[in-house]
Amino acid sequence: MEFNYEIEGGNFSHAGTASSEVKKLLKQLNVNPALIKRIVVALYEAEVNVVAHAYEGVMNVVFDNNAIVVKIADKGPGIPDINLAMQEGFSTASPAVREMGFGAGMGLPNIKKNCDELKIESEVNKGTTVTMITHLN
Amino acid sequence: MKVKDIVEKLQLTVCSGAAGLEREVKGGYVSDLLSDVMGNANEGNVWLTLQTHKNIMAIASLKELAAVILVKGYQPEEDTRNESETEGIPVLSTSLPTFEIAGALFEILKNG
Repeated sequence: MEFNYEIEGGNFSHAGTASSEVKKLLKQLNVNPALIKRIVVALYEAEVNVVAHAYEGVMNVVFDNNAIVVKIADKGPGIPDINLAMQEGFSTASPAVREMGFGAGMGLPNIKKNCDELKIESEVNKGTTVTMITHLN
Repeated sequence: MKVKDIVEKLQLTVCSGAAGLEREVKGGYVSDLLSDVMGNANEGNVWLTLQTHKNIMAIASLKELAAVILVKGYQPEEDTRNESETEGIPVLSTSLPTFEIAGALFEILKNG
């Protein structure tokens, strides 16, 4: 099963909508609630990253008996140094975004903690693809 | 303990989402950093913050928090109220600063 949800860059009033849809979907599919709780954290952080940094993105969810694979691909500025971006506390968010309580440099570390496998591919001035895998067993 | 009990004991104002006053409170969390709440708050927590924008409701909903308490007399923005009504998660308000309301909430939750 495969599902796609669009994410609008720059529009914080819709941030979390895609994550909320996926959460509903996982509940309908009877995924273990403890797993849903973890996945939701990773989904939301990845979605907010697209809203805060990119122009547009798609959250792609592939579900089978073994795993939930979520791929969030955006068109945006990309990440020049992924290792630096993974460091807790590092952020390139704007002052306006920080004032809202985002941009504390906790997003990517939160994603890493809340999925089983994380892959980040990025090309500067093109975009970033974050793949998060959660095993079901 | 339910949200309505906390409203009564701490003399909070119900700004929106009154349909959720029967939600069960299992603890509290204090932070103004959204990712911190996302990563560390637990289901059924009451969240104390000074953030008033709509994104607090996205977090409250995704984390299934019991309610949000805005400190120091802050009021929710209009779209925050609307989202709170839609989700049935109350946004409450107090004139007290975070330290004092957190202490009071801790006391009543500790004593059950």
